[in-house]
Amino acid sequence: MMAGGAADVGDGGKAERFKALALPHLDEIYTLARYLLRNASDADDAVQECYLRAFRHFDTFRGGPIKPWLFAILRNVCHASYAGGARLVFTADDVDAGAAQAIPIWREDVDTPEQAMLRRHDSDTMRRLIGELPAEFREVIVLREINDLSYRDIATVIEAPIGTVMSRLARARGMLRDAWIAAEGRSG
Amino acid sequence: MNCDEAGILLHALIDGELDAGHARELEMHIAGCAGCAAQLREFQELRKSMKPASLRYTAPVALRGRIEGKLSARGAGASRRSVVKGFAFGAAASAIAASGVLVMVMRTDDDRRALGEVVSAHLRSLQAQHLIDVESTDQHTVKPWFNGRLDVAPPVADLTAQGFTLLGGRLDYVDAKPVAAIVYRRRVHIINLFCAPAPGAANRAAVMQSLQGFNVRRWRDNGLNLWAVSDISPDELMEFGEKFEAALKQ
Repeated sequence: MMAGGAADVGDGGKAERFKALALPHLDEIYTLARYLLRNASDADDAVQECYLRAFRHFDTFRGGPIKPWLFAILRNVCHASYAGGARLVFTADDVDAGAAQAIPIWREDVDTPEQAMLRRHDSDTMRRLIGELPAEFREVIVLREINDLSYRDIATVIEAPIGTVMSRLARARGMLRDAWIAAEGRSG
Repeated sequence: MNCDEAGILLHALIDGELDAGHARELEMHIAGCAGCAAQLREFQELRKSMKPASLRYTAPVALRGRIEGKLSARGAGASRRSVVKGFAFGAAASAIAASGVLVMVMRTDDDRRALGEVVSAHLRSLQAQHLIDVESTDQHTVKPWFNGRLDVAPPVADLTAQGFTLLGGRLDYVDAKPVAAIVYRRRVHIINLFCAPAPGAANRAAVMQSLQGFNVRRWRDNGLNLWAVSDISPDELMEFGEKFEAALKQ
């Protein structure tokens, strides 16, 4: 009886198609959200909003791999949150990095070499170092190293030319290498 | 090729993104440049230190459930703006719903949208750890809590003796409009009773509907649209609604 009502009739199929395509990437989307927002509950909210937004705009999805499309939406959601109140920018990660952040890893001297070695290879350290990169470098590192996107896909996600992707990735890795060496040097 | 160019292209080499021509040029440069060779080694080392599997996060189960729930509710026809339309539709529906008689109405799009909205709100309440704002088994605590929070005073009945335990109340949003949610428990099942104002609209007899495994008993009484949503059986939910209506008339 209301205009537009009939358009919803086929939505069951649409939802199923969307779920089959998009939900398998949930962990990857969530991973990017965690790195971008550095906070578990903000990441939760952003990922949920990303999926609902993606579903609303599913009609505009032109096929091909859905991952870069979802990443781009998530990125927009996260940026909207930054702009919306700066609440999300520098909140400390409240779940698994909390303890690690309280104790800088270069607070040395007390560890045995064995402990230092273990810590050096601790993925928490790497997570934290990545988390400390400036946002535009952090996102290319995560998309490349963790989410395994090609340069072309990264360019799509961050809406920048491939040349920008390359130079940012080079700088990002340079910063990460320096931070890593600093952490190792101080702990070794 | 100079060191600046090499410094960027060596990353493309590591990532397997470099075409054969550039790769060859880069290798020639590196063969004659200790600085760039060292850079390449360092970044290859860094790469080895980054084990993607250990750097990933896993989405919480609750988040996955919440997203699936929302997509299911929406996919089944829920959309925004629906409850207002549901209200608008009410007058027409009351014409076909004979007073006091339970009818299984033909579902219109608007009906289905309102249904989707309340089922979605019900799911949300179960999954977001936000079931209750005011926790009380006392109807005289729950009812006044809504004062000043809503334009209407929702009916709250104590049905403990009838087997439905009052847990409390919650302010919820359906279609971005505040509604009262009165929360009951039947054994391990939660019943959300949503109340939204429908000023001036005629009373409407109860209708049972179901969506995504949830049952919804919907009726209108005394200027309020009411939806009881739960996963208990339609019979039990009907009983709940009847007991609730009876309690209010006492």
